[in-house]
Amino acid sequence: MADRNLIPIGPFHPLLEEPEFFKFYVDGEKVVDAEVRVGYNHRGVEKLAEGKTYDQATFLVERICGICSTSHPFAFVQAAEDVSGIVVPERARYIRTIIGDLERIHSHLLWVGLAGHFLGYNTVFMWAWKYREPVLDVFEAISGNRNHYGMFKVGGVRRDIKDEQIPSLVKAIDDIERFCSMLVKAVMDDPVIRARTKGIGVLKKQDAIDIGVVGPVARASGVPNDIRKDFPYAAYDRVEFEKIVLENGDVFDRTAVRLLECLESAAIIRQCLKQMPKGPIDADVREIGTGEGIGQHEAPRGEVLHYVRSNGSNYPERHKIRAPSFMNVPSFKKTVIGESIADAALITAAVDPCYCCTERMTVVDPDNGKVLLNGDALVRLCQEKTEKMRKQCY
Amino acid sequence: MSALGKIKENFPDLPIFEKSGRRVFVEVSPGRAKELARFVYNELGARFSTASGLDTRAGVEILYHLAIDREGLLVSLRVLVPKPELKMQSFFDIMPAVEWVEREIHEMLGVDFTGHPNLKRLLLPDDWPEGVYPFRKKTFESEKEVTEK
Amino acid sequence: MLNPFKWGLKKSPWVFHLGASACNNCDIEIVDCLTPKHDIERFGLILAGSPRHADVLLVSGIVNRQSIERFKRVYDQVPKPKLVVAVGVCACSADLFRDSYNFVKPVDEIIPVDVYVPGCPPKPEAIIAGVMKALEKIK
Repeated sequence: MADRNLIPIGPFHPLLEEPEFFKFYVDGEKVVDAEVRVGYNHRGVEKLAEGKTYDQATFLVERICGICSTSHPFAFVQAAEDVSGIVVPERARYIRTIIGDLERIHSHLLWVGLAGHFLGYNTVFMWAWKYREPVLDVFEAISGNRNHYGMFKVGGVRRDIKDEQIPSLVKAIDDIERFCSMLVKAVMDDPVIRARTKGIGVLKKQDAIDIGVVGPVARASGVPNDIRKDFPYAAYDRVEFEKIVLENGDVFDRTAVRLLECLESAAIIRQCLKQMPKGPIDADVREIGTGEGIGQHEAPRGEVLHYVRSNGSNYPERHKIRAPSFMNVPSFKKTVIGESIADAALITAAVDPCYCCTERMTVVDPDNGKVLLNGDALVRLCQEKTEKMRKQCY
Repeated sequence: MSALGKIKENFPDLPIFEKSGRRVFVEVSPGRAKELARFVYNELGARFSTASGLDTRAGVEILYHLAIDREGLLVSLRVLVPKPELKMQSFFDIMPAVEWVEREIHEMLGVDFTGHPNLKRLLLPDDWPEGVYPFRKKTFESEKEVTEK
Repeated sequence: MLNPFKWGLKKSPWVFHLGASACNNCDIEIVDCLTPKHDIERFGLILAGSPRHADVLLVSGIVNRQSIERFKRVYDQVPKPKLVVAVGVCACSADLFRDSYNFVKPVDEIIPVDVYVPGCPPKPEAIIAGVMKALEKIK
């Protein structure tokens, strides 16, 4: 039988001499400096949006990122609505909230799978992605697509949730919540995972504030920033849920924040399905008006902010997009430097940058710039360290 | 006193547009922008969210969006950086979070942020030609060519 | 006479994913093919760790000015015989991003493409069907 390589290598390319996304300079086992080169995914979306109508731009921004694809339309339509104060109908607010938090669950489960793979727990990867499937099935039932759901429009949502669907959706959420609870216990009580992730890649609270990180990365470092509570929008002020804030800022806390948030999201969705009033789902907007508007949304990775300047026409004059990873990725300078190279892959992944970014990692000798290890090898180092710890524990 | 009240008290001469309970726009000159930013960030405990640049005939309009999370207020500082110099002080020493976005505005619009520690390219490819700023409005550029001839 | 290369390729093709500048949705649907629900391994397909071990190249995303060199280089590293499957509308025609200042050329003007799997993103079933269709070309 051919030698099987069970590691899903898809996005992990063993790149050779190219300029890399993440470059780690090492002295022995320790990372002494780190650089990041962005731009591989730069497709010029902000400029493209200027040539598109508001409806087309909603479609376009969904494709900025595939994992948190609804977070950009969520912020964008709110920015367009903010220009002249368009009021969104109640039912549409609830549907938006359901979609937004379903996406949070899917994104966090995806990340947990990825982190599991990095740690060498391929079973966690398989289970997390297997239990992601029911979430995607719910998306398909509501919107017609597993990803890129096309649910948002300026003034409301494009599709309704039928009453007959609600019991099956509630059941699906119950199943998903049960799995998330199991995952929380399995991950947080495992002694090897605790030993492997506690105290690793610490981002101190003051650094988190200075760098302006958002989302789970901020909340794991004690910065209680959550747009759903701070700048309530959609139906978030009509449901009850907790802000998950922890103190240590290490990889363990970032994992814990994401897992516990999945449970809160399930509670939010259940409340929305129950409380959603009947009524229109669309404000039937005819024009945007002149002025400027800002839309914020708490995406799975943190605050997404869209700014729109309108000159009264159907095309945005200026569309500024700020994704959460833009603020979070620079934190790697504080979290990776001084740590062991075996942890570099894990710490980088714990920021949950856009998936494709974590693939492009290399380790470089600072004296001569020679590439020592590529992304693939870094992931293997990470997995080997876990294996060693497991042998010590059992 | 609310954050907005404190801004009005300390900077009574600056025009403030209260768009809504959570959106406030303050107009400030490039010379005083850093002082205002320092006040909002340090004294009022704001979080730097992002900055957006827009090309206009007179200059590049930069909006610095600062979030005061505990009050649910987003304060946007509007600064018009005049052409043709396009020079602006970097806010890096007050709030390191501006590092990337100032690089982005620099490469996309051509604004020079003095005092920035690393004003290199961020998003554009390495072989992108110098002096070509993708976010400049083409109409203004072609007008400039006509008048210069 | 039985061609050993063709036989090996059809029985157990190694698939390598090359993402250019993608939104990652096609990428995660490709990785999804490995998970228990779709499980490409029951077709004998294995995800390769390196382009040098690949038989089939799955391409996703558009090619921008920063990624084009790396893109071409990885393609060249794949030994012959090789098949290219363009996964997703961006790899097929890139219509949404064509006007971008950072866009170079559609994928099939850079490397030859054997099978196009449109969709945004295409479902894992469609991706698997696309790969199987590519393998039939070897006959």
